[in-house]
Amino acid sequence: MIQLDNVTKQFPGGHEALSGLTVSIDKGEMVFVTGHSGAGKSTLLKLIALIERPTSGQVLVDGQNTGQVRRRKIPKYRRQIGMVFQDHKLLYDRPVADNVALPLIIAGVGHREASRRVRAALDQVGLLRKEKQNPQTLSAGEQQRVGIARAIVTRPKLLIADEPTGNLDPDLSLEVMRIFRRFNEVGVTLLIASHDIALIDKLGCRRIELEDGRLQQPGHDEFVEDYTEVPLPQGGLDQWR
Amino acid sequence: MAVTRHSDAVAPVRSAGPVTIWLSRHTATAAASFGRLVRQPFASLMIILVIAVTLALPAAMNLVIKNFAAISGSWDDALDFSVFLDTGLTVSEAEGIARLIGQRADVADVQLITADAALVEFKQQSGFGDALDHLSQNPLPHTLVVRPSPANTAQSMILLREELTSLPETDIVQVDTEWVQRFHAILEIMQRAILIGAGLLGLAIIVVIGNTIRLEIQNRRDEIEVTKLIGASNAFVRRPFLWSGFWFGLFGSLLALGLVQYGLYLLQPTVARLAGLYQSGLTVLTLDLRDSLSIIGIGVVLGLVGSWFAAARHMRAIEPK
Repeated sequence: MIQLDNVTKQFPGGHEALSGLTVSIDKGEMVFVTGHSGAGKSTLLKLIALIERPTSGQVLVDGQNTGQVRRRKIPKYRRQIGMVFQDHKLLYDRPVADNVALPLIIAGVGHREASRRVRAALDQVGLLRKEKQNPQTLSAGEQQRVGIARAIVTRPKLLIADEPTGNLDPDLSLEVMRIFRRFNEVGVTLLIASHDIALIDKLGCRRIELEDGRLQQPGHDEFVEDYTEVPLPQGGLDQWR
Repeated sequence: MAVTRHSDAVAPVRSAGPVTIWLSRHTATAAASFGRLVRQPFASLMIILVIAVTLALPAAMNLVIKNFAAISGSWDDALDFSVFLDTGLTVSEAEGIARLIGQRADVADVQLITADAALVEFKQQSGFGDALDHLSQNPLPHTLVVRPSPANTAQSMILLREELTSLPETDIVQVDTEWVQRFHAILEIMQRAILIGAGLLGLAIIVVIGNTIRLEIQNRRDEIEVTKLIGASNAFVRRPFLWSGFWFGLFGSLLALGLVQYGLYLLQPTVARLAGLYQSGLTVLTLDLRDSLSIIGIGVVLGLVGSWFAAARHMRAIEPK
Protein backbone atom coordinates (compact mmCIF):
# COMPACT_ATOMS: atom_id res chain seq x y z
CA MET A 1 0.00 0.00 0.00
CA ILE A 2 2.76 2.40 0.96
CA GLN A 3 6.30 2.09 -0.27
CA LEU A 4 9.05 4.55 0.61
CA ASP A 5 12.32 4.09 -1.23
CA ASN A 6 15.40 5.80 0.16
CA VAL A 7 13.39 8.91 0.94
CA THR A 8 15.16 12.00 2.17
CA LYS A 9 13.40 15.20 3.13
CA GLN A 10 15.46 18.25 3.75
CA PHE A 11 13.78 21.46 4.79
CA PRO A 12 15.00 24.87 3.76
CA GLY A 13 17.71 25.75 6.22
CA GLY A 14 19.31 22.35 5.99
CA HIS A 15 17.39 20.41 8.63
CA GLU A 16 17.00 16.84 7.44
CA ALA A 17 13.70 15.42 8.70
CA LEU A 18 14.05 12.09 6.94
CA SER A 19 17.32 10.53 5.81
CA GLY A 20 17.29 7.70 3.30
CA LEU A 21 14.17 6.11 4.75
CA THR A 22 12.93 2.88 3.20
CA VAL A 23 9.64 1.59 4.54
CA SER A 24 6.97 -0.74 3.21
CA ILE A 25 3.43 -1.12 4.46
CA ASP A 26 1.18 -3.82 3.04
CA LYS A 27 -2.47 -3.56 2.17
CA GLY A 28 -4.67 -4.13 5.19
CA GLU A 29 -1.91 -3.49 7.71
CA MET A 30 -2.25 -1.30 10.74
CA VAL A 31 1.12 0.25 11.43
CA PHE A 32 2.28 2.80 13.98
CA VAL A 33 5.05 5.28 13.45
CA THR A 34 6.73 6.14 16.72
CA GLY A 35 9.62 8.25 17.82
CA HIS A 36 10.40 11.43 19.70
CA SER A 37 9.17 14.79 18.58
CA GLY A 38 11.16 15.81 15.54
CA ALA A 39 12.03 12.23 14.66
CA GLY A 40 10.23 12.65 11.34
CA LYS A 41 6.83 11.05 12.06
CA SER A 42 4.80 13.96 10.83
CA THR A 43 7.07 14.49 7.85
CA LEU A 44 6.49 10.89 6.82
CA LEU A 45 2.72 11.37 6.92
CA LYS A 46 2.97 14.68 5.11
CA LEU A 47 4.88 13.04 2.29
CA ILE A 48 2.11 10.48 1.93
CA ALA A 49 -0.57 13.19 1.99
CA LEU A 50 1.46 15.23 -0.51
CA ILE A 51 1.59 18.15 1.87
CA GLU A 52 5.32 17.92 1.39
CA ARG A 53 7.43 16.48 -1.39
CA PRO A 54 10.58 14.43 -0.78
CA THR A 55 13.94 16.00 -1.55
CA SER A 56 15.01 12.69 -3.00
CA GLY A 57 13.67 9.15 -3.18
CA GLN A 58 10.30 7.75 -4.13
CA VAL A 59 6.99 7.51 -2.33
CA LEU A 60 4.48 5.05 -3.76
CA VAL A 61 0.93 4.99 -2.43
CA ASP A 62 -1.45 2.31 -3.69
CA GLY A 63 0.82 1.73 -6.67
CA GLN A 64 0.87 5.43 -7.49
CA ASN A 65 4.15 7.30 -7.63
CA THR A 66 3.40 10.48 -5.70
CA GLY A 67 6.25 12.23 -7.49
CA GLN A 68 4.19 12.07 -10.64
CA VAL A 69 1.07 13.61 -9.08
CA ARG A 70 1.00 17.13 -10.42
CA ARG A 71 0.02 20.09 -8.33
CA ARG A 72 -3.44 20.37 -9.89
CA LYS A 73 -4.09 16.69 -9.27
CA ILE A 74 -3.23 16.81 -5.57
CA PRO A 75 -6.85 17.42 -4.42
CA LYS A 76 -8.02 14.35 -6.33
CA TYR A 77 -5.14 12.34 -4.89
CA ARG A 78 -5.94 13.41 -1.34
CA ARG A 79 -9.55 12.34 -1.70
CA GLN A 80 -8.51 8.71 -1.74
CA ILE A 81 -6.80 9.03 1.65
CA GLY A 82 -8.55 9.52 4.96
CA MET A 83 -6.71 11.87 7.30
CA VAL A 84 -7.05 12.30 11.04
CA PHE A 85 -5.27 15.09 12.88
CA GLN A 86 -4.20 15.66 16.44
CA ASP A 87 -6.17 18.91 16.62
CA HIS A 88 -9.17 17.38 14.80
CA LYS A 89 -9.26 20.28 12.33
CA LEU A 90 -13.04 20.47 12.53
CA LEU A 91 -15.00 23.48 11.32
CA TYR A 92 -16.83 25.05 14.22
CA ASP A 93 -19.21 27.13 12.13
CA ARG A 94 -21.33 24.09 11.23
CA PRO A 95 -22.82 21.07 12.93
CA VAL A 96 -21.18 17.68 13.28
CA ALA A 97 -23.04 16.17 10.33
CA ASP A 98 -21.89 18.94 7.99
CA ASN A 99 -18.30 18.44 9.11
CA VAL A 100 -18.49 14.76 8.31
CA ALA A 101 -20.23 15.46 5.00
CA LEU A 102 -17.50 17.81 3.80
CA PRO A 103 -15.38 15.21 1.94
CA LEU A 104 -18.52 13.93 0.22
CA ILE A 105 -19.53 17.43 -0.84
CA ILE A 106 -16.03 17.98 -2.17
CA ALA A 107 -16.25 14.69 -4.06
CA GLY A 108 -19.61 15.75 -5.51
CA VAL A 109 -21.74 13.05 -3.91
CA GLY A 110 -25.47 13.69 -4.13
CA HIS A 111 -27.31 15.01 -1.12
CA ARG A 112 -29.32 11.90 -0.29
CA GLU A 113 -26.42 9.52 -0.69
CA ALA A 114 -24.21 11.88 1.32
CA SER A 115 -26.55 12.09 4.30
CA ARG A 116 -26.93 8.32 4.30
CA ARG A 117 -23.16 7.86 4.40
CA VAL A 118 -22.71 10.56 7.02
CA ARG A 119 -25.11 8.78 9.31
CA ALA A 120 -23.36 5.48 8.71
CA ALA A 121 -19.98 7.03 9.49
CA LEU A 122 -21.26 8.73 12.63
CA ASP A 123 -22.82 5.47 13.70
CA GLN A 124 -19.41 3.83 13.31
CA VAL A 125 -17.85 6.20 15.82
CA GLY A 126 -20.91 6.17 18.06
CA LEU A 127 -21.95 9.77 17.57
CA LEU A 128 -25.12 9.40 15.55
CA ARG A 129 -27.11 11.13 18.24
CA LYS A 130 -24.92 14.21 18.12
CA GLU A 131 -25.06 14.84 14.39
CA LYS A 132 -26.89 18.15 14.77
CA GLN A 133 -24.66 19.53 17.52
CA ASN A 134 -21.85 21.97 17.03
CA PRO A 135 -18.46 20.25 17.46
CA GLN A 136 -17.57 22.84 20.08
CA THR A 137 -20.15 21.37 22.43
CA LEU A 138 -18.46 17.95 22.25
CA SER A 139 -15.65 16.63 24.42
CA ALA A 140 -12.14 16.27 23.00
CA GLY A 141 -12.61 12.55 22.53
CA GLU A 142 -15.92 13.05 20.75
CA GLN A 143 -14.41 15.71 18.54
CA GLN A 144 -11.67 13.34 17.55
CA ARG A 145 -14.27 10.73 16.71
CA VAL A 146 -16.00 13.27 14.48
CA GLY A 147 -12.63 13.77 12.81
CA ILE A 148 -12.39 10.03 12.29
CA ALA A 149 -15.92 9.84 10.90
CA ARG A 150 -14.99 12.56 8.43
CA ALA A 151 -11.85 10.64 7.44
CA ILE A 152 -13.68 7.39 6.76
CA VAL A 153 -16.92 8.73 5.27
CA THR A 154 -15.52 8.43 1.74
CA ARG A 155 -14.49 4.83 2.49
CA PRO A 156 -10.80 5.31 1.75
CA LYS A 157 -8.49 2.34 1.44
CA LEU A 158 -5.83 4.18 3.41
CA LEU A 159 -6.20 6.13 6.60
CA ILE A 160 -3.35 8.17 8.04
CA ALA A 161 -3.50 9.73 11.47
CA ASP A 162 -1.05 12.15 13.03
CA GLU A 163 -1.05 11.82 16.82
CA PRO A 164 -4.79 11.14 16.93
CA THR A 165 -4.69 10.57 20.69
CA GLY A 166 -2.22 13.33 21.46
CA ASN A 167 -4.75 15.38 23.37
CA LEU A 168 -6.74 12.54 24.91
CA ASP A 169 -6.53 10.79 28.24
CA PRO A 170 -5.67 7.05 28.24
CA ASP A 171 -9.29 5.80 28.31
CA LEU A 172 -10.36 7.98 25.40
CA SER A 173 -7.16 7.11 23.56
CA LEU A 174 -7.90 3.44 23.82
CA GLU A 175 -11.41 4.01 22.57
CA VAL A 176 -10.12 5.87 19.54
CA MET A 177 -7.61 3.14 18.83
CA ARG A 178 -10.31 0.50 19.05
CA ILE A 179 -12.29 2.38 16.46
CA PHE A 180 -9.22 2.38 14.23
CA ARG A 181 -8.81 -1.32 14.87
CA ARG A 182 -12.34 -2.00 13.65
CA PHE A 183 -11.72 -0.20 10.41
CA ASN A 184 -8.55 -2.20 9.99
CA GLU A 185 -10.60 -5.36 10.35
CA VAL A 186 -12.67 -4.50 7.33
CA GLY A 187 -9.58 -3.99 5.21
CA VAL A 188 -8.58 -0.36 5.70
CA THR A 189 -4.83 0.18 5.79
CA LEU A 190 -3.86 2.45 8.66
CA LEU A 191 -0.71 4.40 9.32
CA ILE A 192 -0.76 6.14 12.67
CA ALA A 193 1.88 8.41 14.11
CA SER A 194 1.98 8.27 17.88
CA HIS A 195 4.37 8.44 20.78
CA ASP A 196 2.05 6.58 23.15
CA ILE A 197 4.07 3.36 23.20
CA ALA A 198 2.17 1.84 26.09
CA LEU A 199 -1.06 2.13 24.13
CA ILE A 200 0.48 0.76 20.94
CA ASP A 201 1.81 -2.22 22.84
CA LYS A 202 -1.71 -2.94 24.03
CA LEU A 203 -2.91 -3.15 20.46
CA GLY A 204 0.00 -5.26 19.27
CA CYS A 205 0.54 -3.72 15.87
CA ARG A 206 3.68 -3.33 13.84
CA ARG A 207 5.75 -0.35 14.83
CA ILE A 208 8.03 1.75 12.69
CA GLU A 209 10.31 3.59 15.03
CA LEU A 210 12.02 6.67 13.75
CA GLU A 211 14.95 8.47 15.23
CA ASP A 212 16.45 11.51 13.60
CA GLY A 213 14.75 10.62 10.35
CA ARG A 214 16.12 7.09 10.26
CA LEU A 215 14.58 3.72 10.92
CA GLN A 216 15.35 2.55 14.43
CA GLN A 217 14.18 -1.05 14.42
CA PRO A 218 11.08 -2.46 12.87
CA GLY A 219 9.25 -4.53 15.44
CA HIS A 220 6.12 -6.57 15.67
CA ASP A 221 4.93 -6.86 19.22
CA GLU A 222 2.68 -9.56 20.50
CA PHE A 223 -0.97 -8.98 21.06
CA VAL A 224 -1.52 -8.01 24.63
CA GLU A 225 -5.17 -7.31 24.48
CA ASP A 226 -7.71 -9.10 22.40
CA TYR A 227 -9.28 -6.21 20.58
CA THR A 228 -11.87 -8.50 19.00
CA GLU A 229 -13.75 -8.36 22.27
CA VAL A 230 -14.68 -4.77 21.58
CA PRO A 231 -18.40 -4.86 20.83
CA LEU A 232 -19.29 -3.79 17.33
CA PRO A 233 -21.85 -1.06 16.84
CA GLN A 234 -25.39 -2.10 16.16
CA GLY A 235 -25.79 -3.58 12.74
CA GLY A 236 -22.13 -4.47 12.59
CA LEU A 237 -19.66 -3.30 10.03
CA ASP A 238 -21.59 -4.70 7.09
CA GLN A 239 -23.88 -1.78 7.38
CA TRP A 240 -21.04 0.59 6.82
CA ARG A 241 -19.25 -1.34 4.10
CA MET B 1 -48.81 1.15 -18.79
CA ALA B 2 -46.54 -1.82 -19.13
CA VAL B 3 -43.60 -0.05 -17.58
CA THR B 4 -42.28 -1.77 -14.51
CA ARG B 5 -40.75 0.41 -11.92
CA HIS B 6 -38.30 -0.50 -9.25
CA SER B 7 -39.73 0.28 -5.93
CA ASP B 8 -37.64 2.62 -3.84
CA ALA B 9 -37.04 -0.08 -1.31
CA VAL B 10 -35.46 -2.41 -3.86
CA ALA B 11 -33.54 0.05 -5.96
CA PRO B 12 -30.08 0.89 -4.63
CA VAL B 13 -29.59 4.43 -3.47
CA ARG B 14 -28.47 6.11 -6.64
CA SER B 15 -26.76 9.42 -6.62
CA ALA B 16 -28.37 12.01 -8.88
CA GLY B 17 -26.85 12.99 -12.21
CA PRO B 18 -23.67 15.05 -12.19
CA VAL B 19 -25.42 18.14 -13.52
CA THR B 20 -28.08 17.93 -10.83
CA ILE B 21 -25.42 17.55 -8.17
CA TRP B 22 -23.41 20.41 -9.63
CA LEU B 23 -26.49 22.62 -9.65
CA SER B 24 -27.57 21.71 -6.15
CA ARG B 25 -24.05 22.30 -4.83
CA HIS B 26 -23.97 25.71 -6.49
CA THR B 27 -27.37 26.55 -5.05
CA ALA B 28 -26.20 25.48 -1.62
CA THR B 29 -22.99 27.50 -1.93
CA ALA B 30 -24.91 30.52 -3.19
CA ALA B 31 -27.31 30.26 -0.27
CA ALA B 32 -24.45 29.88 2.21
CA SER B 33 -22.65 32.92 0.78
CA PHE B 34 -25.89 34.87 0.95
CA GLY B 35 -26.31 33.75 4.55
CA ARG B 36 -22.87 35.07 5.47
CA LEU B 37 -23.80 38.37 3.84
CA VAL B 38 -26.94 38.62 5.93
CA ARG B 39 -25.20 37.66 9.16
CA GLN B 40 -22.99 40.72 8.85
CA PRO B 41 -25.67 43.18 7.82
CA PHE B 42 -23.79 46.37 8.60
CA ALA B 43 -20.54 45.47 6.87
CA SER B 44 -22.39 44.06 3.89
CA LEU B 45 -24.61 47.11 3.62
CA MET B 46 -21.61 49.42 3.64
CA ILE B 47 -20.00 47.59 0.75
CA ILE B 48 -23.27 47.38 -1.16
CA LEU B 49 -23.79 51.10 -0.63
CA VAL B 50 -20.31 51.91 -1.93
CA ILE B 51 -20.95 49.79 -5.02
CA ALA B 52 -24.40 51.33 -5.49
CA VAL B 53 -23.16 54.92 -5.33
CA THR B 54 -20.25 54.11 -7.60
CA LEU B 55 -22.59 52.55 -10.15
CA ALA B 56 -25.33 55.14 -9.77
CA LEU B 57 -23.03 58.09 -10.55
CA PRO B 58 -22.16 57.21 -14.14
CA ALA B 59 -25.63 55.76 -14.71
CA ALA B 60 -27.27 59.03 -13.67
CA MET B 61 -24.82 61.11 -15.68
CA ASN B 62 -25.45 58.99 -18.71
CA LEU B 63 -29.17 59.51 -18.24
CA VAL B 64 -28.69 63.28 -18.13
CA ILE B 65 -26.73 63.17 -21.37
CA LYS B 66 -29.35 60.98 -22.96
CA ASN B 67 -32.02 63.50 -22.03
CA PHE B 68 -30.05 66.39 -23.49
CA ALA B 69 -29.44 64.42 -26.61
CA ALA B 70 -33.15 63.72 -26.90
CA ILE B 71 -34.00 67.40 -26.50
CA SER B 72 -31.40 68.52 -29.02
CA GLY B 73 -32.59 65.78 -31.32
CA SER B 74 -35.99 67.44 -31.43
CA TRP B 75 -34.22 70.70 -32.28
CA ASP B 76 -32.69 68.97 -35.25
CA ASP B 77 -36.12 68.24 -36.64
CA ALA B 78 -37.23 71.82 -36.26
CA LEU B 79 -34.39 73.29 -38.31
CA ASP B 80 -35.58 75.83 -40.87
CA PHE B 81 -33.72 77.26 -43.82
CA SER B 82 -33.79 80.99 -44.23
CA VAL B 83 -33.61 81.69 -47.97
CA PHE B 84 -32.79 85.33 -48.61
CA LEU B 85 -33.82 86.28 -52.13
CA ASP B 86 -32.13 88.81 -54.38
CA THR B 87 -33.14 92.33 -53.47
CA GLY B 88 -34.49 93.27 -56.90
CA LEU B 89 -37.39 90.77 -56.84
CA THR B 90 -41.03 91.84 -56.63
CA VAL B 91 -43.45 90.36 -54.14
CA SER B 92 -45.27 88.33 -56.80
CA GLU B 93 -41.97 86.91 -58.07
CA ALA B 94 -41.12 85.93 -54.52
CA GLU B 95 -44.53 84.32 -54.10
CA GLY B 96 -43.93 82.34 -57.30
CA ILE B 97 -40.64 80.99 -55.98
CA ALA B 98 -42.29 80.17 -52.66
CA ARG B 99 -44.95 78.15 -54.46
CA LEU B 100 -42.32 76.39 -56.54
CA ILE B 101 -40.30 75.40 -53.48
CA GLY B 102 -43.45 74.47 -51.61
CA GLN B 103 -44.21 71.82 -54.23
CA ARG B 104 -41.03 69.92 -53.50
CA ALA B 105 -41.45 66.59 -51.79
CA ASP B 106 -38.65 67.28 -49.31
CA VAL B 107 -40.19 70.54 -48.16
CA ALA B 108 -42.95 70.58 -45.60
CA ASP B 109 -43.82 74.24 -45.57
CA VAL B 110 -42.72 77.55 -47.06
CA GLN B 111 -43.48 80.87 -45.54
CA LEU B 112 -42.80 84.14 -47.27
CA ILE B 113 -41.73 87.13 -45.27
CA THR B 114 -41.85 90.09 -47.63
CA ALA B 115 -39.24 92.81 -47.40
CA ASP B 116 -41.84 95.28 -46.08
CA ALA B 117 -43.05 92.91 -43.41
CA ALA B 118 -39.49 92.20 -42.43
CA LEU B 119 -38.74 95.91 -42.16
CA VAL B 120 -41.75 96.53 -39.93
CA GLU B 121 -40.75 93.70 -37.68
CA PHE B 122 -37.15 94.83 -37.63
CA LYS B 123 -38.18 98.40 -36.74
CA GLN B 124 -40.24 97.14 -33.85
CA GLN B 125 -37.73 94.77 -32.44
CA SER B 126 -34.32 96.28 -33.12
CA GLY B 127 -34.81 99.69 -31.57
CA PHE B 128 -33.39 101.33 -34.70
CA GLY B 129 -36.85 102.56 -35.67
CA ASP B 130 -35.96 106.22 -36.16
CA ALA B 131 -32.73 105.49 -37.94
CA LEU B 132 -34.49 103.18 -40.33
CA ASP B 133 -37.06 105.89 -41.18
CA HIS B 134 -34.28 107.87 -42.80
CA LEU B 135 -33.51 105.15 -45.31
CA SER B 136 -34.62 106.00 -48.81
CA GLN B 137 -35.40 102.39 -49.62
CA ASN B 138 -35.91 99.11 -47.84
CA PRO B 139 -32.52 97.38 -47.62
CA LEU B 140 -34.07 94.06 -46.63
CA PRO B 141 -34.75 91.27 -49.12
CA HIS B 142 -37.79 89.03 -49.30
CA THR B 143 -37.15 85.96 -47.19
CA LEU B 144 -38.49 82.44 -47.49
CA VAL B 145 -38.58 80.34 -44.34
CA VAL B 146 -38.37 76.81 -45.67
CA ARG B 147 -39.23 74.01 -43.33
CA PRO B 148 -37.87 70.69 -44.62
CA SER B 149 -40.14 67.69 -44.36
CA PRO B 150 -39.38 65.46 -41.34
CA ALA B 151 -38.60 62.53 -43.66
CA ASN B 152 -35.32 64.16 -44.67
CA THR B 153 -32.05 62.51 -43.82
CA ALA B 154 -28.86 64.40 -43.12
CA GLN B 155 -27.84 63.69 -46.72
CA SER B 156 -31.04 64.96 -48.32
CA MET B 157 -30.92 68.02 -46.08
CA ILE B 158 -27.53 68.92 -47.55
CA LEU B 159 -28.91 68.31 -51.06
CA LEU B 160 -31.94 70.48 -50.39
CA ARG B 161 -29.73 73.23 -49.09
CA GLU B 162 -27.52 73.06 -52.17
CA GLU B 163 -30.47 73.18 -54.52
CA LEU B 164 -31.99 76.14 -52.71
CA THR B 165 -28.65 77.92 -52.91
CA SER B 166 -28.30 77.26 -56.62
CA LEU B 167 -31.66 78.86 -57.50
CA PRO B 168 -30.91 81.99 -59.60
CA GLU B 169 -33.11 84.18 -57.38
CA THR B 170 -31.41 83.09 -54.17
CA ASP B 171 -28.88 85.31 -52.52
CA ILE B 172 -27.94 83.37 -49.37
CA VAL B 173 -29.32 80.29 -47.65
CA GLN B 174 -28.75 80.30 -43.94
CA VAL B 175 -29.08 77.35 -41.63
CA ASP B 176 -28.55 77.84 -37.98
CA THR B 177 -27.14 74.40 -37.37
CA GLU B 178 -23.73 75.33 -36.16
CA TRP B 179 -24.65 75.83 -32.55
CA VAL B 180 -26.59 72.58 -32.57
CA GLN B 181 -23.53 70.83 -33.94
CA ARG B 182 -21.41 72.42 -31.27
CA PHE B 183 -23.86 71.27 -28.67
CA HIS B 184 -23.68 67.75 -30.06
CA ALA B 185 -19.91 67.86 -29.94
CA ILE B 186 -20.01 68.95 -26.32
CA LEU B 187 -22.45 66.16 -25.53
CA GLU B 188 -20.13 63.68 -27.19
CA ILE B 189 -17.17 64.90 -25.18
CA MET B 190 -19.21 64.59 -22.00
CA GLN B 191 -20.31 61.14 -23.00
CA ARG B 192 -16.70 60.07 -23.50
CA ALA B 193 -15.71 61.67 -20.21
CA ILE B 194 -18.46 59.75 -18.46
CA LEU B 195 -17.29 56.57 -20.14
CA ILE B 196 -13.76 57.12 -18.87
CA GLY B 197 -15.08 58.03 -15.43
CA ALA B 198 -17.30 54.95 -15.44
CA GLY B 199 -14.30 52.82 -16.34
CA LEU B 200 -12.35 54.22 -13.40
CA LEU B 201 -15.31 53.76 -11.07
CA GLY B 202 -15.68 50.20 -12.33
CA LEU B 203 -12.06 49.64 -11.43
CA ALA B 204 -12.82 51.06 -7.99
CA ILE B 205 -15.67 48.56 -7.58
CA ILE B 206 -13.36 45.71 -8.52
CA VAL B 207 -10.86 46.91 -5.92
CA VAL B 208 -13.53 47.34 -3.22
CA ILE B 209 -15.02 43.90 -3.81
CA GLY B 210 -11.59 42.34 -4.21
CA ASN B 211 -10.50 43.80 -0.89
CA THR B 212 -13.67 42.63 0.84
CA ILE B 213 -13.21 39.12 -0.50
CA ARG B 214 -9.56 39.20 0.51
CA LEU B 215 -10.59 39.94 4.11
CA GLU B 216 -13.17 37.18 3.96
CA ILE B 217 -10.52 34.76 2.74
CA GLN B 218 -8.23 35.82 5.60
CA ASN B 219 -11.03 35.25 8.08
CA ARG B 220 -11.77 31.80 6.75
CA ARG B 221 -8.18 30.79 6.36
CA ASP B 222 -8.48 27.78 8.67
CA GLU B 223 -11.54 26.53 6.87
CA ILE B 224 -9.82 26.83 3.50
CA GLU B 225 -6.79 25.00 4.85
CA VAL B 226 -8.90 22.15 6.25
CA THR B 227 -10.98 21.74 3.10
CA LYS B 228 -7.83 21.71 0.98
CA LEU B 229 -6.35 19.15 3.32
CA ILE B 230 -9.22 16.77 2.73
CA GLY B 231 -9.05 17.11 -1.00
CA ALA B 232 -10.85 20.28 -2.05
CA SER B 233 -9.69 21.74 -5.34
CA ASN B 234 -8.98 25.43 -5.78
CA ALA B 235 -12.21 25.72 -7.76
CA PHE B 236 -14.19 24.27 -4.87
CA VAL B 237 -12.61 26.60 -2.35
CA ARG B 238 -13.05 29.57 -4.67
CA ARG B 239 -16.75 29.00 -5.26
CA PRO B 240 -18.24 30.58 -2.11
CA PHE B 241 -16.10 33.68 -2.59
CA LEU B 242 -17.21 34.07 -6.19
CA TRP B 243 -20.78 33.84 -4.96
CA SER B 244 -20.07 36.54 -2.38
CA GLY B 245 -18.78 38.76 -5.17
CA PHE B 246 -21.87 37.96 -7.19
CA TRP B 247 -24.20 38.95 -4.36
CA PHE B 248 -22.32 42.18 -3.68
CA GLY B 249 -22.50 43.07 -7.37
CA LEU B 250 -26.17 42.16 -7.66
CA PHE B 251 -27.37 44.02 -4.58
CA GLY B 252 -25.07 46.95 -5.30
CA SER B 253 -26.50 47.37 -8.79
CA LEU B 254 -30.09 46.94 -7.59
CA LEU B 255 -29.55 49.64 -5.00
CA ALA B 256 -27.92 51.79 -7.69
CA LEU B 257 -31.07 51.45 -9.79
CA GLY B 258 -33.12 52.46 -6.77
CA LEU B 259 -30.94 55.52 -6.19
CA VAL B 260 -31.22 56.65 -9.82
CA GLN B 261 -34.98 56.14 -9.86
CA TYR B 262 -35.34 58.06 -6.62
CA GLY B 263 -33.24 60.86 -8.05
CA LEU B 264 -35.53 61.01 -11.08
CA TYR B 265 -38.53 61.09 -8.79
CA LEU B 266 -37.05 64.07 -6.98
CA LEU B 267 -36.43 65.86 -10.31
CA GLN B 268 -39.89 65.19 -11.69
CA PRO B 269 -41.74 68.31 -10.32
CA THR B 270 -38.96 70.65 -11.45
CA VAL B 271 -39.00 69.21 -14.93
CA ALA B 272 -42.76 69.43 -15.05
CA ARG B 273 -42.52 73.14 -14.23
CA LEU B 274 -39.90 73.65 -16.93
CA ALA B 275 -42.06 71.79 -19.41
CA GLY B 276 -44.92 74.00 -18.40
CA LEU B 277 -42.86 77.13 -19.06
CA TYR B 278 -41.97 75.92 -22.52
CA GLN B 279 -45.49 74.67 -23.09
CA SER B 280 -43.93 71.55 -24.42
CA GLY B 281 -44.43 67.90 -23.78
CA LEU B 282 -40.97 67.72 -22.26
CA THR B 283 -40.66 64.44 -20.40
CA VAL B 284 -37.69 63.00 -18.65
CA LEU B 285 -36.29 59.83 -20.12
CA THR B 286 -36.12 57.23 -17.37
CA LEU B 287 -34.10 54.04 -17.15
CA ASP B 288 -35.69 51.55 -19.47
CA LEU B 289 -35.46 47.80 -19.10
CA ARG B 290 -32.31 47.58 -21.21
CA ASP B 291 -30.52 50.23 -19.15
CA SER B 292 -31.58 48.57 -15.92
CA LEU B 293 -30.47 45.16 -17.06
CA SER B 294 -27.11 46.46 -18.25
CA ILE B 295 -26.50 48.17 -14.90
CA ILE B 296 -27.31 44.93 -13.09
CA GLY B 297 -25.17 43.00 -15.54
CA ILE B 298 -22.23 45.36 -15.10
CA GLY B 299 -22.56 45.19 -11.31
CA VAL B 300 -22.61 41.40 -11.30
CA VAL B 301 -19.68 41.11 -13.71
CA LEU B 302 -17.61 43.58 -11.68
CA GLY B 303 -18.44 41.66 -8.51
CA LEU B 304 -17.35 38.39 -10.07
CA VAL B 305 -14.18 39.89 -11.52
CA GLY B 306 -13.23 41.48 -8.20
CA SER B 307 -13.79 38.31 -6.22
CA TRP B 308 -12.07 36.22 -8.87
CA PHE B 309 -8.94 38.35 -8.66
CA ALA B 310 -8.90 38.21 -4.88
CA ALA B 311 -9.56 34.48 -4.81
CA ALA B 312 -6.99 33.66 -7.46
CA ARG B 313 -4.43 35.88 -5.79
CA HIS B 314 -4.86 34.74 -2.20
CA MET B 315 -6.13 31.18 -2.53
CA ARG B 316 -2.87 29.75 -3.79
CA ALA B 317 -1.05 31.17 -0.81
CA ILE B 318 -3.15 29.12 1.59
CA GLU B 319 -1.81 25.60 1.49
CA PRO B 320 -1.98 23.10 4.33
CA LYS B 321 1.20 22.86 6.34
